[in-house]
Amino acid sequence: MSVPGSWYLILAAALFGIGAFGILVRRNILIMFMCLELMLNAVNLTLVTYSRMLNDIAGQVGVFFVLVVAAAEVVVGLGLIVSIFRGKRQVTADDLHILRG
Amino acid sequence: MRYLFATILSGTPIKFPQISYAAIFPEAILIGVAVTVMLAVALIGRREATYGYTALGVGAALASGIWSYHLSQDVSTHGAKSVIGGSLAVDGFSTFFMILTSIGLIVTLLVAEAYIYKVGSRGPEFVALALLSASGAMLMESAYDLLVLFIGLEILSISLYVMVAFTTSRKLAKESAFKYFILGGFASALFLYGLALTYGATGSTNLAKIALFLSKNTLTSSGVLLAGMVLILAGLGFKVALVPFQFWTPDVYQGAPTTVTGYMSGVVKAAGFAALLRVFYVAFGTLRADWQPILLVISILTLLAGAVLAVVQKDVKRMLAYSSINHAGFILLGLYVATVTSLGDSLYYLFAYTIMSSGTFAVISMIADLEGRTEMSVSLEDLRGLSKRYPKVALSLAVLLLAQAGAPFTIGFLAKFSVLSAVIEAHHYALGIVAMLSVVIAAVLYLRITLSMYSATSDAGGDVETTQSELIPDVSLGAVMVELEIEDDTQAKVDSGIPIAAGVAVFLTLAMTIGLALDANPLVHFAARATLLR
Repeated sequence: MSVPGSWYLILAAALFGIGAFGILVRRNILIMFMCLELMLNAVNLTLVTYSRMLNDIAGQVGVFFVLVVAAAEVVVGLGLIVSIFRGKRQVTADDLHILRG
Repeated sequence: MRYLFATILSGTPIKFPQISYAAIFPEAILIGVAVTVMLAVALIGRREATYGYTALGVGAALASGIWSYHLSQDVSTHGAKSVIGGSLAVDGFSTFFMILTSIGLIVTLLVAEAYIYKVGSRGPEFVALALLSASGAMLMESAYDLLVLFIGLEILSISLYVMVAFTTSRKLAKESAFKYFILGGFASALFLYGLALTYGATGSTNLAKIALFLSKNTLTSSGVLLAGMVLILAGLGFKVALVPFQFWTPDVYQGAPTTVTGYMSGVVKAAGFAALLRVFYVAFGTLRADWQPILLVISILTLLAGAVLAVVQKDVKRMLAYSSINHAGFILLGLYVATVTSLGDSLYYLFAYTIMSSGTFAVISMIADLEGRTEMSVSLEDLRGLSKRYPKVALSLAVLLLAQAGAPFTIGFLAKFSVLSAVIEAHHYALGIVAMLSVVIAAVLYLRITLSMYSATSDAGGDVETTQSELIPDVSLGAVMVELEIEDDTQAKVDSGIPIAAGVAVFLTLAMTIGLALDANPLVHFAARATLLR
């Protein structure tokens, strides 16, 4: 018995929603960062599922691009977080409150 | 997947698309020079001759622009085409934006000269990042496939995250860098999910194939497709700061180095709009009835919120951030009206806006430099009496701000006029009135900045003496002598220390702001020729 494609799509949509919710709600910067990765991986799952449903290779090729881009983003993002919070014990977005209005 | 492996194992050659190197030369030269700069840093050393690296970058931008112009001539004689397996378009639209990008890049690099010198050992990296980022912008502008568009967007954004975070010694800069990174990543993810859903609904990521599919199959009630479209709009709307997605703009504009702010408001916005216009015109052209109401709401919100919030700000960079949101609303109006001529009007506005905005931020950056202010904040108070200290700088800023407000004899006026007349021609009278209203509100802001530059300082000692001797005319010869002496003294100090490179950049934008308005035809024709490949 095979799992229907729509189940994967619903799972991916749920993961994407969790990721988006996390970025908007959570205050720990590393968790926000992980939520970003979760969103990208939800997209990957969607692409692979559609690729299989449509019997088309383009979606799977797209996943490779997304993976590479996500890796590049992690490199820059972690570098940024380290440089911003060097010398601090914890990383919360509540410390970032100068710019308002 | 099994087929792919079978193809590889059986030894039948995989068909690669023909690669047209001429079409990707503008991007290639920027990337090539960026790599060269990094190599030179390793071989020659980073402290030696930072202006050399800047000159290299400006040269690359210039070459890229000239090649883009050559491509645009080629397009007008041989017609538009898509290259490399239909993933890139070479048409009037893409070459128009490539030329605009290279102009913006030249201005940015020239203004950045002083900044690059200041950051010292990390200066060359800044040049390399700016070049890479601009190459991503060019890729976005010519992308004919959503996936290629995404890659361009990421090359642009990831380089820009680093540029925003370039001097994170101050708390403000750290905060703005992190905000930009996390929200930029969020926007990219939204765009990407939109891409995946569109791919699922239409079976392709190629813009022409999506359009073909949508013209053959009516999918008006397809939730997946509509969700994909809205997510793509949201993702790109973040990058160009349309109103529900604009909240990062003032913070990041204020916290980033002013040079980078100018680049963000000019080149990045142009690239975002190019992508938005192309995707919605070419791929989703048949779904116009679905996206037009959304764009109507967004453009009204963007116009009004940008203008109103700009007026209540205290920091000049924040004011200009909101004013750039107001401009984005105008550009979107052209897209909303969605006739072929109004696309030309949108492009004209975009060109004018990019020039004026780059120029304005260039002057602001120069002022911060001359006055010894920090990069982060220039308040209205700081600008007081600027006309006395730096008359030329004050005059350039005044002209650029008035151009943004839409004063006659500048491209700002022509741009606003052409978009508004397109709106009126399409019988959207209420929309035209809203737009005019936002222009009036925004004018208050530009006049406020200009007036504060030309008002006297309240605290400077030397100036008080001068005004006193002016108040009592012809008291004695001695007093006049003193006055003359003071004037001579100020004359000697006036306009001293303006960096040459930045001065050239500002002069360039000023010349375009006024010159292209005095003879409007070249730019009008250039924008009108920038048609989309379908």
